Amino acid sequence: MTTVSMTVNGKAVSENVEDRTLLVYFLREQLRLTGTHIGCDTSQCGSCVVHVNGRAVKSCTMFVGQVEGADITTIEGLAKDGKLHPVQEAFRENHGLQCGFCTPGMIMTAVDMIRRKPELDRDTIRHELEGNICRCTGYHNIVSAIEDAANKMRGGKEKAA
Amino acid sequence: MSMISYPFGYTRAKSLAEAQALLAKTPEAKLLAGGQTLIPTMKMRLAQPSQLIDISGLKELSFIRVSGDAVVIGAATRHFEVMNSADVKRAIPALADLAGGIGDPAVRHVGTLGGSVANNDPAADYPAAVLGLNATVKTTKRTIAADDFFTGMFETALQDGEIVTEISFPAAERSAYAKFRNPASRYAMAGVFVAKTKNGVRVAVTGAAPCVYRETQMEKALTAKFSPDALADIEVSPDGMNSDIHGSAEYRANLVTVMAKRAVAAALNG
Ligand code: FES
Ligand code: FES
Repeated sequence: MTTVSMTVNGKAVSENVEDRTLLVYFLREQLRLTGTHIGCDTSQCGSCVVHVNGRAVKSCTMFVGQVEGADITTIEGLAKDGKLHPVQEAFRENHGLQCGFCTPGMIMTAVDMIRRKPELDRDTIRHELEGNICRCTGYHNIVSAIEDAANKMRGGKEKAA
Repeated sequence: MSMISYPFGYTRAKSLAEAQALLAKTPEAKLLAGGQTLIPTMKMRLAQPSQLIDISGLKELSFIRVSGDAVVIGAATRHFEVMNSADVKRAIPALADLAGGIGDPAVRHVGTLGGSVANNDPAADYPAAVLGLNATVKTTKRTIAADDFFTGMFETALQDGEIVTEISFPAAERSAYAKFRNPASRYAMAGVFVAKTKNGVRVAVTGAAPCVYRETQMEKALTAKFSPDALADIEVSPDGMNSDIHGSAEYRANLVTVMAKRAVAAALNG
């Protein structure tokens, strides 16, 4: 057992863990943040994507020890003061989910994508979704949702400036 | 609770010196350099190290620097940093391209150059660039030429306790990388890195055979004439190529030619 400390969704946490614990299990089973999903054991599906220090990572492919001291954001940390994040809002408006299993990973991937590339076209979005699989194959509306969110977030910034 | 079905120890090294000391004390330990290949391998129990020493956080191994006409990249540098580096894009755009095509964005945020090269997965992309550009691998003990580094499937010239610290990539006059991805796994079924330098052309192939290798007949033909049609009469032998449910050896041999032509065409356009 080792003690790990980090910030998760703005809150400091410190827990005892087995060395072999993967980040996704730490989040789901120890912190009970079950919004982050596990859809495969081959690092392919992306349903486990969270942000570590602001960057999207696959939490099923990291040990919890690797994020010692890091700042973690999960899907539970996106909405602020009861208000959905613009990407969450866009998924709702564009019917970007069917069963919803892939959605947390899609949304965390989309937030990271829009941060890196505010000017997104549909081709780029599809390319960037390389590591996320939607078993319901609802890609069309997922792409629309991300495109819509990117446009709105860009608009918001221009107005604010 | 963990999804890795057996227990093992994990230590995060705070410096290269500490990593070396830990490795000397526990020779059975394996280095964790990002883990984007190692962790999936451990899930399938294809690797079962009893102890991991994590070197992925070592700042001293995370850098990109230009030195003469070479780009020197630290072993713990993320693929994401390489693909976006203005220095890499200027000096060796093909290398930035290759890094940008590894895995997916989340994998590129974590995976490292040193990890990819030391692991020498037969379908990894970086070994093709190292061999194609005639790079030099620097370790805690010595420097190793690319031609001597990759020795077989998942095998390299690295000895016990030796850690890759940086790789120096000489810039080429022209270079490009083309790969054909397995439609499901997205790993390269054949990837070809072509580099034209003043000392001739090098052609390195990954994905098709058990280990990255040079296609010397293509090198000769392309040194004489750097154009895709210089490869028209070259038959790549399927002997020793990988053969599985995704493609026969003959199919892969053909892919090598197709990817080589594409890489040469891209190098000419780049
Ligand atoms: S659960 Fe992480 S990629 Fe599938
Ligand atoms: S909405 Fe069902 S898996 Fe994507």
